[in-house]
Amino acid sequence: MAEHVHTAAAAQQDESHSFSKKAIWRTFWILLIITVVELALAIIYYESHFLNKHFLNGIFIIGTLAKAFFIIAEFMHLKYEIKNLIMSIAFPAMLFIWFLTAFLWDGNSYKNLRNRYDPHHVQRNNTIVAPQEGKKPGVE
Amino acid sequence: MAQSVPAGQKWWSGGHSPFHVEYGKLMMWYFLMSDAFTFGAFLISYGTIRFASNSWPDPNKVFNTFPVIGEMRMPLAFVSLMTFILIMSSVTMVLAVGAGHNNDKKGVMKWMFFTILGGLAFLGCQAWEWTHLHGEGAWWGRNPFMNINGSQSSTNFTNFFFTITGFHGFHVFSGVIINIIMLIMTWRGVFERRGHYLMIEKAGLYWHFVDLVWVFVFTSFYLL
Repeated sequence: MAEHVHTAAAAQQDESHSFSKKAIWRTFWILLIITVVELALAIIYYESHFLNKHFLNGIFIIGTLAKAFFIIAEFMHLKYEIKNLIMSIAFPAMLFIWFLTAFLWDGNSYKNLRNRYDPHHVQRNNTIVAPQEGKKPGVE
Repeated sequence: MAQSVPAGQKWWSGGHSPFHVEYGKLMMWYFLMSDAFTFGAFLISYGTIRFASNSWPDPNKVFNTFPVIGEMRMPLAFVSLMTFILIMSSVTMVLAVGAGHNNDKKGVMKWMFFTILGGLAFLGCQAWEWTHLHGEGAWWGRNPFMNINGSQSSTNFTNFFFTITGFHGFHVFSGVIINIIMLIMTWRGVFERRGHYLMIEKAGLYWHFVDLVWVFVFTSFYLL
């Protein structure tokens, strides 16, 4: 136990060099700016439908991944750990690529099959029950 | 990368941690990874249902209110405030960890206090948002919002929204509890006697993870 505490304290000593307030605040500004840009684009789209929604979604996803990278690398300090640790986190996380692809593909396929073979479903999805603009949703 | 690690170090020959971190911190990383897959499963099932739907409610219309200023049309303004609060509390958490590195007890206490405050502010915002949506008739199994093309929507939207933001809110809540315990332990000098503030680091990892998940929740529900 004493040995363990000693090594832990030693590990902390080693890391103290890599801690800089400058890097923290830089990360903060990067995160904030990405978020503000995303919001601005979302609001511009909402007000004017000026941009293509699929294109915007691409930007949102890239922004999100960038933010995730900065939080993990800087705030969670993973960038400064040794490669063994980084890989033992990053490698399993790659399962998400399969996870996302397989499931979203499946959802899309289900939609297409239903639209092709279930006329009742299509009809209900195309029945307009509320005005598209104007009235606030959910208020009588 | 790592500092003061001798070149040609044989990491797997035994005698020391091949990851060069303390056991508890490593286990916190692995716990967070399993938690990431739990959240991933939630968010991906939400995505699957969205991909399987012909139309979906417009988040800009659902989330367009702000407290006090009231029913003004301010799409996404409130949720951006929540995001800002969470990012800010993440920064104060890193500063607490940094203070811990310098064995600065006062600094740790100050920054932990601000982190807790940020967490509570976030929870307050979420409580207001849930109350507001509930007031509009939204809840598990009830969805008053029409699809963006004007057709009748299913309850998928509200079910996923309340389940996932609720699960995230629960994480924020437990994070605040952990941070309060850390603050009390710091105040009582537990870490000072121990000689290091590694517990603050572990709590910090959890707290940043909560922020990380919010980044994905925010994109999935409010932007896409």
